[in-house]
Amino acid sequence: MARFRPARLAAGACTLAGVLLLWYASTSLTGWIGPARFPEPVEVWDALRQITVAGYADGRLDQHVLHSCALVLMGFAAATAVGVPLGLWMGHSRRAEAFFNPIFMLIRPIPPLAWIPLAIVWLGLEDASKVMVIWFAAFVPSVINSYVGVRSIERPVLEAAAMLEVRGARFVREVVVPGALPHVFTGLRLSLQASWTTLVAAELIGALFGLGHVLTQGSLDIYPAMILVAMMAVALCGGLMTAALTWLEQASMPWRFKA
Amino acid sequence: MKRDADSTAGLWPLSVAGLAAFFGIWWLAAGLHLAPPQFLPMPQEVLRTFAGLLHEPFAGYTLGQHLWSSFLRFAMGFLLAAAIGVPLGLLMGWFEWLDRIVTPLFECVRYVAPIAWVPFAALWFGTGIGGPVLIIFAGAFPACVVNAYRGAKYVEPRLVEAAQTLGASSLRIVAQVLLPAALPSIVAGLRVSAGLGWMSLIGAELIVASSGIGYMLVKGQSNIDTAIVMSGMIAIGLVGVAIDVLLRRAESRLMRYRHPSHS
Repeated sequence: MARFRPARLAAGACTLAGVLLLWYASTSLTGWIGPARFPEPVEVWDALRQITVAGYADGRLDQHVLHSCALVLMGFAAATAVGVPLGLWMGHSRRAEAFFNPIFMLIRPIPPLAWIPLAIVWLGLEDASKVMVIWFAAFVPSVINSYVGVRSIERPVLEAAAMLEVRGARFVREVVVPGALPHVFTGLRLSLQASWTTLVAAELIGALFGLGHVLTQGSLDIYPAMILVAMMAVALCGGLMTAALTWLEQASMPWRFKA
Repeated sequence: MKRDADSTAGLWPLSVAGLAAFFGIWWLAAGLHLAPPQFLPMPQEVLRTFAGLLHEPFAGYTLGQHLWSSFLRFAMGFLLAAAIGVPLGLLMGWFEWLDRIVTPLFECVRYVAPIAWVPFAALWFGTGIGGPVLIIFAGAFPACVVNAYRGAKYVEPRLVEAAQTLGASSLRIVAQVLLPAALPSIVAGLRVSAGLGWMSLIGAELIVASSGIGYMLVKGQSNIDTAIVMSGMIAIGLVGVAIDVLLRRAESRLMRYRHPSHS
């Protein structure tokens, strides 16, 4: 779905323009859709200006965005710093797998969002509880995919390493990590998406700041235009983070992406 | 996790040790009162609460009733997503113009976290059934579309060409060539989207609902009753696993139906 050819790009631009026109026609021009259901384009523009200049829900848009992104990155970094090595270790060592897998199986089926009430009970509405929830959201995919990555290293590679007596730290650095890297990155991408979704949910349920808080405030004030602005900000941040990770993936595995 | 047949065989004492370590640390931490019991109950206390919730109502309903109302919402949202998403994906795989119209819209909406639809869901459909169903739909829909689309795109050209040579109409090709050929991909997509839908439902119920398992969690949270919160988490995990097992069963049935000789 993500192939970009000029013809497709043009068709896409036309479609988007068509949707914008339809939006304008059905709200501002004819009023088919009432202002309490969906905002007019002008209202969205005003809401965007209000939140970027004057601020809304205790802060300006850039402050909310920065706050949310910082939390996501903290939780994501903490989770993958534990999850990726653990997954690599479980993939490499049968003993480690036997020891950790049962515990992991207990945690895995619980959806990340279900940790939110527990986090609030334990850590309150402050940032620490958000980081805890994100940690659980990002932990599971990073472990699973790192594990699969090690398991997917081809047997001849392992045998060659054994024959050349590549062991210890050098074996991890030169065989395990590069061999597992494609799957590790798949895991990181899934982790990042889960982190972002979970943070938005956690902020919607209870927060003093951040994009989710803007959404909550917007729905309390019945301010559809602001809700839409916040949703667009959520989508934009999520998309940009994924793009950044894709760039990192290509930069760290140049051998896989030669054009 | 997939494993070789012999991978961890014979290492079961380590597995037992792992579980023992997990519950042992929990038990010790709770038993030594490292945290007040309100915040960290003993494992057996959680189990007792779980058993109690099965027949004593909490927040208006018993655990079974909460789960049932959650499951009904889930089933509605998920079936709606599959009923619209799968045909849309298949048609996009066949009709180039539809692909060109839908894909840009899809790319725009894709990065909106499903849970961010909650305010509009509440505004449009209220907090009873409609609102949560929209959230589940938002969570489950993309995976349905994407997998049906991919399945349809990777159908062997020979099959399509043969059908065209025999004079099949476009709709007939979609229904009788693309659909069966894309089935494995579609079913895989349904499993992913069921997981995402179930998770989105929990989120929706945590925010807007007056019944359901997520609502029970919120009530446990506001009573600062960790045992109830943990029981709810266990129940959510169990239902999630049950949904996945059911879909896996359906998947292997379908595959046997497709390849009778392999069974």
